[in-house]
Amino acid sequence: MADNTFLLEVVTPERIALSEEVQFLVVPAMEGELGILRSHAPIVAGLKIGVLRYTMPNGEIHYMALSGGLMEVIDNEAKVLAETAEHGREVDLLRAKAAKERAERRLAERQDQISYVRAQMALLRAIARIRASELDRH
Amino acid sequence: MAGKGVRDYKRRIRSVNNTRQITKAMKMVDAAKLRKAQEKAESSRPYTGKLQEVLARLVAMSVQAKHPLLEKHDPIKRVTYVVVTADRGLCGAFNTNIIRRANQAISEDERPVEAGIVAVGRKARDFYRKRGYNLQGDFINLGDKLDYTQAREIGQFIAQLYEEGAADEVYLVYAHFINAMRQIPTVQKVLPVETPEEITAEAEEFAKFAPDYIYEPNVDEILISLLPRYLMSQVYHAMLESKASEHGARMTAMGNATENASELVDILTLEMNKARQASITNEILEISGGAEALKKGGK
Repeated sequence: MADNTFLLEVVTPERIALSEEVQFLVVPAMEGELGILRSHAPIVAGLKIGVLRYTMPNGEIHYMALSGGLMEVIDNEAKVLAETAEHGREVDLLRAKAAKERAERRLAERQDQISYVRAQMALLRAIARIRASELDRH
Repeated sequence: MAGKGVRDYKRRIRSVNNTRQITKAMKMVDAAKLRKAQEKAESSRPYTGKLQEVLARLVAMSVQAKHPLLEKHDPIKRVTYVVVTADRGLCGAFNTNIIRRANQAISEDERPVEAGIVAVGRKARDFYRKRGYNLQGDFINLGDKLDYTQAREIGQFIAQLYEEGAADEVYLVYAHFINAMRQIPTVQKVLPVETPEEITAEAEEFAKFAPDYIYEPNVDEILISLLPRYLMSQVYHAMLESKASEHGARMTAMGNATENASELVDILTLEMNKARQASITNEILEISGGAEALKKGGK
């Protein structure tokens, strides 16, 4: 059973958000989703804002919202370093939806480059959180 | 009657007692805050440590690793010190020690360089502004609840100074937390980015055996995302250490103040009792003296 799993750790500046043996991991890499199984070759990948998905040995699938970062895999240990990482079931859906609307409103107003990029990032983060929350619901 | 009356003593004692209550309350508040700040500093360690490892391996394995934050400037003309103090006082020599350490670092630098200051915390800003230093930026009112976004802002700011050439080297000056009684003012170089020797050595060892490291999408992209994060995590860590140290220093200072106040109350109480005794003795003397005089007069 345990011979097809590897350790997944999700670490943020505030806490270790997750430390579990998992069977399968999918991360939002810069150029698309990246799937990791046991015995993966050593890799460092940049991550975008998005949803991380992992499968537990018992087949349960969980989702986490990430706000960008890095992943390193060596010796069957996957470490995800992100500024924030939130379990789908932890997401405050009302707040995430409010954040999404706020970001959309900001994008609609014409603004300078920096505020525009910021609003865009905020929107992406809100969308990731809402998606993680909805996916993690079952 | 000569000296202070009993009433004066009472007033003094009441006032010292009030002060004592305040210092005692502050001590307890900071003790609670210290515990939280310590936990926070503790839990930020894995992130910073891991980033450091990944970065060291990356630099060790790819000769072509290039990024403005890794690039050494030559010649070095401007050195920036990011001085992290508290916003408030009443914490013993905490702020003074940090500022003194920063000034020492500035005066010990024998290269012909200009020093710039980025003040984090009101005490640092006030000190350097008053003395006409080259204050390149300040971040104040950070509050007791630090979060990563504040560190990100500061990190971005100093990265920009470095990339624009307004700083050729950047150092963090902050209090390294040992325990509530001891905080060590520390100077740490953050730009250009370097990894500690022992980690670099380990990474080089590792690099010999793992030539097939995959970079997704490529080394440059990863450095672009990794280096600013590493810088920010160092700033964040320094801020958390400084915050824990501040609470520790204030707790100790207020503990001492409370003890001193208790001692003072004891002394004043003793003196008050002496004064009361003296006045009673005096009164008795006066009465008995008067009685004696009456007796003599009666005969």
